[in-house]
Amino acid sequence: MANLLLLLVILLNFYTLGSARLVACIRAVALQGALLALLPLATHGPTGHALLLGAGALLFKGIFIPLLLLRTIREVRIRRDVESFIGFVPTLVLGLLVTAGAFIFSDFLPLAHEHHEGLFVPTALATMFCGFLMLITRRKAITQVLGYLMLENGIFIFAVLLSAAIPLMVEAGILLDLLVGVFVMGIVLNQISREFTSLETERLTALKE
Amino acid sequence: MLLFLILFPLAGAGTSLFLPWYQGRSWLLPLCGGLHLFLTCLLLNSPAPQLGPWIGLDALSRLVLIVTSLLYFGCAIYAVGYLNLRRDRGNKIIVPCLLIFLVAMTLAISARHLGLLWMAVEATTISSAPLIYYNRNRLSIEATWKYLLLCSVGIGLAMLGMLFIAYAALVSGAMSVSLQFDSLLSGATILSRPWLHAGFVFLLVGFGTKMGLAPLHSWKPDAYGEAPGMVGALLAGGLTSVAFLAILRAVQLMTAAGDGDMARQALLGMGLLSMAVAAIFMVRQPDIKRLLAYSSVEHMGILAIGVGIGGLATFGAMLHLVNNALTKGCLFLAAGNIQRAYDSKKLSRVHGAIATLPISGSVFLAGFLAVTGSPPFGPFMSEFTILRGIFSSGQVWIGLLVLFLLGVVFIGMGATALTATQGEPVHLETDFKDSFLLVISPITFLLIILMLGVYLPEPLQSALRDATSLLEVQP
Amino acid sequence: MIGRIALQLAVLLIFAPLPLGVINKTKALFAGRIGPPVLQPYYDLGRLWRKGFVISRTTTWVFLAGPVVGLVVPLLAALLLPFGGLPAPISFTGDLILFVYLFGLSRFFTAAAALDTGSSFEGMGAAREVTFSCLAEPTLFFALLVLARGAKSLNLGSLFGSQLAGQWQGDASASLGLILVCLFVVLLVENSRIPFDDPNTHLELTMIHEVMVLDHSGPALGMVLYGASMKLMVMGALLVRIALPIQTGSILLDLLVFLAGLLTLAVLIGVVESTMARLQLPRVPQVLVGTTLISIFALVLVLR
Repeated sequence: MANLLLLLVILLNFYTLGSARLVACIRAVALQGALLALLPLATHGPTGHALLLGAGALLFKGIFIPLLLLRTIREVRIRRDVESFIGFVPTLVLGLLVTAGAFIFSDFLPLAHEHHEGLFVPTALATMFCGFLMLITRRKAITQVLGYLMLENGIFIFAVLLSAAIPLMVEAGILLDLLVGVFVMGIVLNQISREFTSLETERLTALKE
Repeated sequence: MLLFLILFPLAGAGTSLFLPWYQGRSWLLPLCGGLHLFLTCLLLNSPAPQLGPWIGLDALSRLVLIVTSLLYFGCAIYAVGYLNLRRDRGNKIIVPCLLIFLVAMTLAISARHLGLLWMAVEATTISSAPLIYYNRNRLSIEATWKYLLLCSVGIGLAMLGMLFIAYAALVSGAMSVSLQFDSLLSGATILSRPWLHAGFVFLLVGFGTKMGLAPLHSWKPDAYGEAPGMVGALLAGGLTSVAFLAILRAVQLMTAAGDGDMARQALLGMGLLSMAVAAIFMVRQPDIKRLLAYSSVEHMGILAIGVGIGGLATFGAMLHLVNNALTKGCLFLAAGNIQRAYDSKKLSRVHGAIATLPISGSVFLAGFLAVTGSPPFGPFMSEFTILRGIFSSGQVWIGLLVLFLLGVVFIGMGATALTATQGEPVHLETDFKDSFLLVISPITFLLIILMLGVYLPEPLQSALRDATSLLEVQP
Repeated sequence: MIGRIALQLAVLLIFAPLPLGVINKTKALFAGRIGPPVLQPYYDLGRLWRKGFVISRTTTWVFLAGPVVGLVVPLLAALLLPFGGLPAPISFTGDLILFVYLFGLSRFFTAAAALDTGSSFEGMGAAREVTFSCLAEPTLFFALLVLARGAKSLNLGSLFGSQLAGQWQGDASASLGLILVCLFVVLLVENSRIPFDDPNTHLELTMIHEVMVLDHSGPALGMVLYGASMKLMVMGALLVRIALPIQTGSILLDLLVFLAGLLTLAVLIGVVESTMARLQLPRVPQVLVGTTLISIFALVLVLR
């Protein structure tokens, strides 16, 4: 069950990297968040902690944040397609390379015995790398936010393995931080589009030495 | 009481949201800042306040807490005067954000659980983003965006580092998996080494981004340059200290696990790189606030080097933490005044500051002397101690390199600072005048660092020694 | 042996048009219509068989060879493949390559027949079909290689053997899931379904597969349609076997499971067709490169 979820997460990574439409990207990241919400349940069974963590993740990662982003793109009326510094196919190839790399790399990691078989660690790494790829290769500020969210999703996968170490209060705080962070980013995005009449990060180059 | 210390500014933030009175909102800041400082002083006299397993103060966090609280109070007083000048921009957002920022910093300082620490540090990022965006122009948007994105991603990596450390506990199998700091410290020797090392590296990178160590400093000049002066002071003096505290926690853990040398090597390397990068960019820097930002990078480098050398140098680094925070506070506030008066922070417009603005200009010049480590100010003492530590540990070449870089920084910074302050008075187009509220804080900070350079009070000395000894605990 | 072959062919010939009917019914239900009866494709085939030929004077024998090869190839390919629990009647090492290239052969003749008419639209359709198919082929190969790695064998019979059920439990489940997705995309491309091609479009410019068979009529068109439906069933059989690796031992039960799987697949295709819009033509190669990459990734997963 957990492996199936993680597999879908990887497929969504590829989908997001290859998708040309912003709304589709946001939906994919939202779906990824919602799938991750099931992950604690699939790993630890329906304990109170897992249920609450899952509900929190679903609420924040799966619903609030995507709604926030969708509202933002509606408000700023930006062009709906993703623009990339490199083409989609090269991005996909890079995504594949980093994903395969993550899988091979995690074979060499001194994992705990029970995690050798599962897909947890490689998927976490792969999702993080794909998030980085989004951050680096995309032009629009909003796609960078998506990259950041993917990065956080990857970290979340790893965190599920260790949910015993992180008390619920702290998990809630972390999710809340993420939400408020994206909220603030949304406001800044709004201001960027108002000032620059576009969301291209290439315009943000006035400050340099 | 600790809980009250953390939470009461939140009440202040709530009040400020509903207070329909401009002056009242502004005065909430020094009110909360003063109460915070008062409570902090009370707490420091009481023995080891602890609030459950997650929140508590040890010697290190006491040191950072008192410095941050003092700096915040000074900035809060300045803020009243500053916000009076900026009635056009309003204070409906900045006041609550400043108060939440205080909450987040206090929580980060007193956190004894790595997860809580992470959460609080991320909260500082989020609450300070609107502060940097206060001026609402293109440049400040750009600075805010870079700050928000880089720091969020950096902090994300720090989260991964934390998880790696928890995983180290999981792999070792012998202890319960927890991120509670004391239990981690007590079980440090059995943590799985590869995961612990990876975790340390990620924590260093993550919180290093927040602290502004090279090569992760690129947001710093932009954010400090575009933020209002007091925000720059809070970020450069308070937030960096908090981030440094987070890194010190990681160092503590590594030392307890018996791998302190590796951690120190990493810090030393990043510290030297930071100093070198800062020195390069400070030469011929035409913007006084960016100059201060690079100076901040440099001083973060000095802190990292001090801890990286260990022994006497660590003591020097602790002292330098105090000195740096207050000096940066003084400089940023004075620079903020100059910028307000000249309506510019570029050297092309700013010159003759002493003649034009006698108090702010003089404080800026004195602050420049202090920050570059000239006697008789405090930073001279701390840098001297660090250098003594380096030479006595036998690493002569590193000592010479640090000396050389300090020299470059002095020359580079001096060229800009002297051009800005010396010369004929200019006719100001703004009606800015040095007022009591705007100069009292920088002057006080300057006096304190002057005092610290001449005489180190016994309580502070023992506090510094306690903090240092915490970092030296071997397994 | 002979009995096996006969059974396999009979199943294929009898049930091939059924999934098409189910797809159309699903789409109709999604659109809020009652839709044609599920058996409509059978009626269509019967009607076409009773009609006469109309053959353009510019064409040669190649024009008629297209439909014939299109009809024969799925029949041959079906013999190499297990239908659900029913084992493959013919099996030898390396037959997976023959399997893939049999479809290449049929594509060649369909495209040749399209070019033979001399119509510019048909040439365009042929070019598109060939382009997309050659991009889809690597995916199919890598998917089969993933299975070959699991079965440690190179014939289709054992590739889709009973070890699949074990693989789903074990480490390779991730790879199996990935190639299942990839094969589904290949199925959609190869059988000209939305979002890659629209079997019901009426605008030649946007057609891919349909435009190639515009000039066929009567029994020849019937053969094309029948061949296409068998191709859908053969490719569907790959998916069904991977997704439902159940082997009960009783022929009848296995057959029922297989047919149920096939009809579920048809419903799934209908849902996809109803909920997705057609992709822009330039995006199709990107998607196919994507699935190729995913299947390579699946291969890396099983090789590691």
